[in-house]
Amino acid sequence: MKNAVGREIPAEALAVELKNGRKYEPYQGKGYRDGKYIKKAGPTTKIYENPQESKILPSIRDAVIACGIKDGMTVSFHHHFRNGDYIVNMVMKEIVDLGIKDITIAASSLGDAHDPIAEYIEKGIVTGIQTSGIRGKMGDVVSHGKLKTPAILRSHGGRVRAIEEGDVHIDVAFIGAPTSDEYGNARALGGKGDCGVLSYAVPDSEYADKVVVITDTLVPYPNFPPSIHGVNVDYVVKVDEIGNPKKIASAAARMTQNPRDLMMAENTAKVIAACPWFKDGFSFQTGAGGPSLAVNRFLEPLMDAKGIKMAWAIGGITAAICELQRKGKVGKIIDVQDFDTGAIEDIRTNPNHFEMTASEYANPANKGAFVNKLDFVVLAALEVDTDFNVNVITGSDGVLRGAPGGHPDTAEGAKCCVIVTPLTRGRMATICEHVVTVTTPGDCVDVVVTDYGTAVNPRRKDIIEALDAAGIKHVPIKQLQEKAYSLVGKPDDLQFKDKVVAILEARDGTILDVVKEIKPFEF
Amino acid sequence: MELKAAGTAGTLESSDVMVTLEPTNDGKIDLTLESSVINQYGRQIKATVLESLERLGVKSAKVIVNDHGALDCTIKARVECAFYRGCQCDMDGKFDWGGVIR
Repeated sequence: MKNAVGREIPAEALAVELKNGRKYEPYQGKGYRDGKYIKKAGPTTKIYENPQESKILPSIRDAVIACGIKDGMTVSFHHHFRNGDYIVNMVMKEIVDLGIKDITIAASSLGDAHDPIAEYIEKGIVTGIQTSGIRGKMGDVVSHGKLKTPAILRSHGGRVRAIEEGDVHIDVAFIGAPTSDEYGNARALGGKGDCGVLSYAVPDSEYADKVVVITDTLVPYPNFPPSIHGVNVDYVVKVDEIGNPKKIASAAARMTQNPRDLMMAENTAKVIAACPWFKDGFSFQTGAGGPSLAVNRFLEPLMDAKGIKMAWAIGGITAAICELQRKGKVGKIIDVQDFDTGAIEDIRTNPNHFEMTASEYANPANKGAFVNKLDFVVLAALEVDTDFNVNVITGSDGVLRGAPGGHPDTAEGAKCCVIVTPLTRGRMATICEHVVTVTTPGDCVDVVVTDYGTAVNPRRKDIIEALDAAGIKHVPIKQLQEKAYSLVGKPDDLQFKDKVVAILEARDGTILDVVKEIKPFEF
Repeated sequence: MELKAAGTAGTLESSDVMVTLEPTNDGKIDLTLESSVINQYGRQIKATVLESLERLGVKSAKVIVNDHGALDCTIKARVECAFYRGCQCDMDGKFDWGGVIR
């Protein structure tokens, strides 16, 4: 059955069973579930009426045993420690050593730090993966069909919806935290490896049957104000290190000096400034990639020229936006993740820099997330096709190596979603006829800025008019694709086998696309 | 002009290709192709290499191509350069610019 972005969704994918019995549907277009109702799933939690002094257990193994983890269960993790994370590997090792099998990992994201999980997949111990990001060895083994069930890939907002709706049920959540008290009140500041916020772990703490906080820094009770509330936590474990602090928080990304990136960033800022929403009190989100980050720098003089300020900025926060706020040009920063030490330092001291939950950020099924009020978002892409569909998950070899993250959430929510990407990367055409995998549907993408020109989605007549009025040149996206192919040649279609190895969920829980098992290249 | 020894041109940098030609006697082109973009461009890279060899009159050689996303023009230039290096021709000699070298 073909879905609203023209992707054939095989019966095999539509038949994948969700925990609550909900049946998969093909993607129907944006806003499909707007106004409908969901019944939220609830966890089964233990009553702690009798006073206890402490929830601390001596080891992760003791926590695995105390939680009663059995074959077939689902365990969850967050990705605030990014590539410095030790928690996933430490916990999975204990689970595997105890001989428990048929485990599903439901993480907010997974990365290169989790290569050891690939071995558990190959051995058939980990049989399900639900995540936003999948990379490294894990991406490789899943793409080669080694995972027993198709991986389910969701956006950050889509994950919260899936947890709340009961598509996935978390039996035990393991939440790494920079600090915790003996009752599990956990914070992301004041420890050895601070990550600033714990936003993505909040739904896990509220919807898992059992919750374990793992920290390397125990602090006196009460550790307030907490990101993870002790009332949701069963056990606390102290370990030597929750992660590598150097990789948890990297130094601020240096502003790119690449003239191509700077040109694209400047053109992106001009597109934003030409839109009717660029007025006093506008809202904004940008990623941490080279050209996206550089947009901050070009936006500032345009704001000054018009005498306007930004009311709020959201998202993955970087030092660049904190710097803009220090200059008095941003009202509030609402933070779901910190990308660098500058952002972490800022949330420590700045009263106008707040933590939000993953649901508040991007959940399409709550009563109105931040993304729904967002004016502008600037995003990157691996590929964009002539229908404006974006791919951020599969590489040019068809292997899983990315993450939808907040991309589909912010793209749908924002009034103006700008993708900034070079026309080609080496020999790869970024603007192509058909993306390998659709991760953000074209009906949510408004403007594409490349080094060879800007294209506006024909659905957005208002933006076309605004750019025309401002004298900003734009071309049909087909023209950009043809230019790309004239430079690098027309790429051959990738060769896949029939087996579905991953399902790309749209944020509303319909199926946007599938990824199939990669076939070794043959001439 | 004929291959006398192994000739190599190019680098392993991104967007470049390293081409090595070695003379053989079996009258065959024995092509080994590795590429970071093999899934989408392998067929085109192979065609470009074989066309270039034909133009240069190479009929018997072991050809090793290690590509990191080079464009067709780069691939052609590296094959040509590897060939002339393998021919050990006089660097001040006459090259067929615009003829077999395109």
